[in-house]
Amino acid sequence: MARHRLRFTKTGRAVYLSHLDLMRTIQRVFQRAGVRIWHSEGFNPHAYISAALPLSLGVESVAELLDFEIVDDTPLANLPELLNAKLPEGITVLEAWEAERKVKELVWLRIAGTLEYDVLPDTGEFARALETFFKQESILVSKLSKKKEETQVDIVPLIQEIAFQPDGAHQVRMEAVIAAQNPGLNPNLLIEALSQQAPELVPDFVRVARVEVYDKDMQVFR
Amino acid sequence: MDRALERLLPRVQKPARYVGGEYGQVMKQPEEVRVRIGLCFPDTYEIAMSNLGLHILYGIFNQMDGVWCERVFQPGDDMETEMRAAEIPLYGLESGNSAGDFDILGFSLGYEMAYTTVLNMLDLMGLPARSADRESLAPLIIAGGSSCYNPEPMADFIDLFVIGEGEEVGQDLIRLYDGAKTEGLTKSAFLRLAAEISGIYVPSLYQVRYHEDGTIAAVTPEPGVPERVTKRMVADLDKSYFPTEGIVPSTEIVHDRVVLELFRGCIRGCRFCQAGTICRPVREKSVETLAEQGRQALRHSGHQEITLSSLSSSDYRDLSGLCDELLEFCEPRHISLSLPSLRADNFSIDLMERVQKVRKSGLTFAPEAGSQRLRDAINKNVTEEALLSSLQIAFAGGWSSVKLYFMLGLPTETDEDVVAIAELANKILWTWKQHATNKNRGVRLTVSTSCFVPKAHTAFQWEAGVTMEEYLRRVTLLRENIRNRAITYNWHEPEGSFIEAVLARGDRRLGPVIEDVWRRGGRLESWSEHFSLARWMAAFEAAGIDPHFYANRQRGDDEIFPWDVIDSGVSRQFLARERDAAYENRLSPDCRKACTACGVTRIGKGVDCHG
Repeated sequence: MARHRLRFTKTGRAVYLSHLDLMRTIQRVFQRAGVRIWHSEGFNPHAYISAALPLSLGVESVAELLDFEIVDDTPLANLPELLNAKLPEGITVLEAWEAERKVKELVWLRIAGTLEYDVLPDTGEFARALETFFKQESILVSKLSKKKEETQVDIVPLIQEIAFQPDGAHQVRMEAVIAAQNPGLNPNLLIEALSQQAPELVPDFVRVARVEVYDKDMQVFR
Repeated sequence: MDRALERLLPRVQKPARYVGGEYGQVMKQPEEVRVRIGLCFPDTYEIAMSNLGLHILYGIFNQMDGVWCERVFQPGDDMETEMRAAEIPLYGLESGNSAGDFDILGFSLGYEMAYTTVLNMLDLMGLPARSADRESLAPLIIAGGSSCYNPEPMADFIDLFVIGEGEEVGQDLIRLYDGAKTEGLTKSAFLRLAAEISGIYVPSLYQVRYHEDGTIAAVTPEPGVPERVTKRMVADLDKSYFPTEGIVPSTEIVHDRVVLELFRGCIRGCRFCQAGTICRPVREKSVETLAEQGRQALRHSGHQEITLSSLSSSDYRDLSGLCDELLEFCEPRHISLSLPSLRADNFSIDLMERVQKVRKSGLTFAPEAGSQRLRDAINKNVTEEALLSSLQIAFAGGWSSVKLYFMLGLPTETDEDVVAIAELANKILWTWKQHATNKNRGVRLTVSTSCFVPKAHTAFQWEAGVTMEEYLRRVTLLRENIRNRAITYNWHEPEGSFIEAVLARGDRRLGPVIEDVWRRGGRLESWSEHFSLARWMAAFEAAGIDPHFYANRQRGDDEIFPWDVIDSGVSRQFLARERDAAYENRLSPDCRKACTACGVTRIGKGVDCHG
């Protein structure tokens, strides 16, 4: 396990960077900042960095974790300032520390979202309908597995809490705590559930942000 | 971000190409600048961002007071469809503002197949294609780049062309515009003033008359407008701006590395090569400048690769010393140094051995012609002996994959010359058999041919290009003569070259054809999936224009060429002498050995053009 960990944001224009682009960008940022980090061995050595939970393209986050290992004498406390001077718009390092916990102890994610409805008579009613929908005992959603086979997933056990609030005339705010990994719940599947079973509730556009990460006891994971 | 744009971005491929925000981009406050510029590249982000010229001009213009220069690129198909459906006009990547509202839109025209994309981008900006239909001063549509050395096919669309290297003349033009905007000058008044700047060609100020046979009778400038426009260039590259703090793309592009430009121009005088003429004279940067720029650019970008770039990098005088300096910086940082476009000589192979320690993947050479006779005729100073002896060292050193590039359809080419390509390939295989250290791995030899396109401002500017049928006949001949299974033969299809040949030596009567092709859906035509010969032929027919007049016709010795209005510095007499030498299979010396009196010293005053 790499010894160091940092938390960073991915907001604004940076949400359109793919996971691969982001990894390449961050490798270069260490290089730019002159911070030497551990490189893989072999013919084509590359800087080793590992994101705890790869983020889907288009999703915002203020709670991204990245593992790496500094091999020179750069103090961890200086790292956010050093890297932030070299990062593209929308990516900001918030803190860096000695990693003590394994990433697999990360169990829950808090997400916040905005569901936009272009034509909507009553957002309050929609918020209630959405809440009722997700309070069902089981919601089976069909999705394509990695092997492109159709499988059914019950998303209810993957949702610890979910709430909807009207927000102006055309938006409903969503807050939820969902499973992070093994298996995790892709927020897109919440919308997919709607389109399969309650198409009248499908929004015209959704904006999702990762807000916080927790362990199995809902303590903030760092 | 624009809400409509935000909604469509998740649906398109690689949206990072459309949002800007990269490290190193220049942001300014719109209310604090007077001149807003869009650097327009008529291709997608991956290609555009790989262009060194774009990064140079971006840096220079953004250093100017009161000027904000942004990037504007052609979107991919899916994005274009979405933008048109949502009625989102093409925008600057930095600000997200509509590019049609900018002051100056400068297109980079490096290759003819980009012409229809220029019209498409203007349309995406909500602007009329034709210069005459755009009445106001803003936005001023300008173009520069190597294909502007024959600007005529695009004369209907572009308000003015910048001829030569854009660093200095670009700034002159922007300053003139800045003043004109303040004074409220009309577009036509501004264009008259701009035509007085050396290196600026305003096509609307010239009248062209034709003979009955279709050739040009006379080109008449309006009173006070120069008869010929002389290219501009930077005299001292050591003092010239280089983008060591440029934009670092966040998403993958074609050439995702630091590019160091060793020199401009070329000492060789390959008779088919347009860049070899128009970029004269050769101007080198010093090792100190290059090493420092390389280190700075690597520190700034964090790239793990640096490459050296020039028309013929192995002609750089102290290439070995430069590589040593760069390796000293690169090796401890796991940065790789790559050397493209090397000549087939022993020195280059030695250098490759030293530089590329790990991967001995492939060697690429461009002998261009198979026989010594034809190589002499085109003045490609590569002997078979030198090529084979370099490859001997390479094979002994562990290389096992070689790519060879040739052209078919070169002037004076006979069937013997075509078959000689196969014979050369066989000799290379034999060299491998004799000298390879590890024969178990086998050898991979790839021969590629493309169809030669005669270009303006070269010794072959008078020549008829071969027809597509003739090119394909020669391809078949070569294919029949390549029998060894270790040799792979790839040939480029001739359709694209045919259109390139029409545009490369075309005149302004082609404007309606280009516009028609674009209206029929033509754009991004250097991508084979976007190119359609049928579309071009339909447009030629509709306009009553015979494309063979441009592509396959031998020009008269004294014919007035559409590109005669452009002075590259190299004289027509020199080109004619080189053409005669080609017919006699006579070599000309490179600029270091002896001066061939090409004429460029007229404009390159104070430049030591001996390389």
